[in-house]
Amino acid sequence: MIFKGKVWTFGDNIDTDAIIPARYLNTSDPAELAKHCMEDADADFMKKMKPGDIILGGENFGCGSSREHAPIAIKAAGVSCVVAKSFARIFFRNAFNMGLPIFESKDLADAVDEGKEIVIDSVRGVITLAGSDRTFPISPIPPFMEQLLADGGLMKHIAKKK
Amino acid sequence: MGHTITEKILMAHTNLKDIAPGQLINAKVDIALGNDITAPIAIREFRAAGGKKVFDRDKVALVLDHFTPNKDINSAQQCKTVREFAVEQGITHFYEGGQVGVEHALLPEKGIVVPGDLVVGADSHTCTYGALGAFATGVGSTDLAAAMLTGELWFKVPQTIKFVVYGKLNRWVSGKDLILHIIGRIGVDGALYQAMEFTGETISALPMADRLSMANMAIEAGAKNGIFAVDAVTVEYLKGRAQKPYKIYVSDTNAVYADIIEIDAGKLEPQVAFPHLPSNVRGISRAGEIKIDQSLIGSCTNGRIEDLRIAAQILKNRKAAPHVRLIVVPATPLIYRQAMAEGLLDIFMDAQAVISPPSCGACLGGHLGILAEGERSVATTNRNFVGRMGHPKSEVYLASPAVAAASAVLGRLASPDEL
Ligand code: SF4
Repeated sequence: MIFKGKVWTFGDNIDTDAIIPARYLNTSDPAELAKHCMEDADADFMKKMKPGDIILGGENFGCGSSREHAPIAIKAAGVSCVVAKSFARIFFRNAFNMGLPIFESKDLADAVDEGKEIVIDSVRGVITLAGSDRTFPISPIPPFMEQLLADGGLMKHIAKKK
Repeated sequence: MGHTITEKILMAHTNLKDIAPGQLINAKVDIALGNDITAPIAIREFRAAGGKKVFDRDKVALVLDHFTPNKDINSAQQCKTVREFAVEQGITHFYEGGQVGVEHALLPEKGIVVPGDLVVGADSHTCTYGALGAFATGVGSTDLAAAMLTGELWFKVPQTIKFVVYGKLNRWVSGKDLILHIIGRIGVDGALYQAMEFTGETISALPMADRLSMANMAIEAGAKNGIFAVDAVTVEYLKGRAQKPYKIYVSDTNAVYADIIEIDAGKLEPQVAFPHLPSNVRGISRAGEIKIDQSLIGSCTNGRIEDLRIAAQILKNRKAAPHVRLIVVPATPLIYRQAMAEGLLDIFMDAQAVISPPSCGACLGGHLGILAEGERSVATTNRNFVGRMGHPKSEVYLASPAVAAASAVLGRLASPDEL
């Protein structure tokens, strides 16, 4: 798959309370959650971003609670994928289980400024800065997880197996 | 090659002859847990996948603890969704209303989780049950849906970091201080994707309540699970409680560890995690003058009867400072009743505390104790992220019940020794 979009940069340890604060967890409606996506990390994020844009995090993105509301909010906001130096474990699971593409790149975050466009080629395993030939490798995804993404998430994967 | 407890429990839940860290496996689950925030999404997913019956109604636990008593119409609707599902499916371990407690205090208390179990919960602090020698890990709602449907789930076998803790704990130093110290040392991603195994003479001497607090916060170091070997303390705790026979696993002497970290606990003083990360830890003597507006004693980390006893010991014949709102949250109905019978509630009320019903409420900034802009709370909870307990410009300081109680009295972050 190819993802092309503007990046919005965030620092290390962006936790799930920052992605979707608990005060909004009295609903699981994706459209409702999307309105508050990243609110406590950047209150204007939803005003600035455009569908197809990419979130770029540092280390340990998505740490904290197990709330799937976090990847749901990101996906429903129209963010195409998340790139980070590393992901917290439960966020990582949740993203694959619900079919939100995420990519690990150790170096991209330090090499690109907010608002710049990048192109992710998940098959070739590289990220390119638009208008330049600088490339960054992304950590390969285990075959099982690739299958999850291809099937559209864990439940569809299970249904297919049955 | 030998195996760690974590590897052995995982392996016992597959039909594989051997497993190794890094391997992706499918394993059977003994308990799948959800709450009023995470279960509604899982139920939606369960139904969307054509799910009719859960794999085993005795192995699903649904606990409506987060926004209980229902804080608003939306949260009442979420509870209704779960309640209807629980009734339809005949779920054995379904708790709400006067039977509900904070899930991670409730399940061990009722003996629903036992050593050797493989537990998944759509709540990150599911790792608490590692204190009982179970493999327990937090997952998302889709995982819960898959587990409820098939009784199995995919896992990546984690590497294990072994912590060897030695030294006699000083007065007022508890399991909470130990785990805060460890997180301060290794960082919030210090054990990312890994198992934390707690061993050593200090751990052997540690009561179950303290072990539960420690395992509870393994996730705050990024870990998949925290785990303690079963010993006499565990067996004693399980007496009259365990709802089923259990299996004890021990790490092999030639087990392979990603790292072995030694901790000299004899030198520790009470610890505090400053905003806005659980790893931002310092000793109480280095806290400086931090005035507080609220002190919260409760949660799945420190809302057990032992925690309330320590708080009461400090609060007896004292009052919270006039500008401090002291909130005490017994974690389960049984703890509430014990606290009442032991006269602890009188001590708290004399200290001008608000006694909350068992609920997650304030801990996650849901209700029952929200902070305004610029306010500060010392809390015996486990997270102090931006906005965790209210306004994005409020602050949370994580500490033990002893420190939270002393701070309430003095109106600033303080050690009980200052009283
Ligand atoms: S008490 Fe706090 S940390 Fe524990 S389960 Fe409830 S919200 Fe989560």
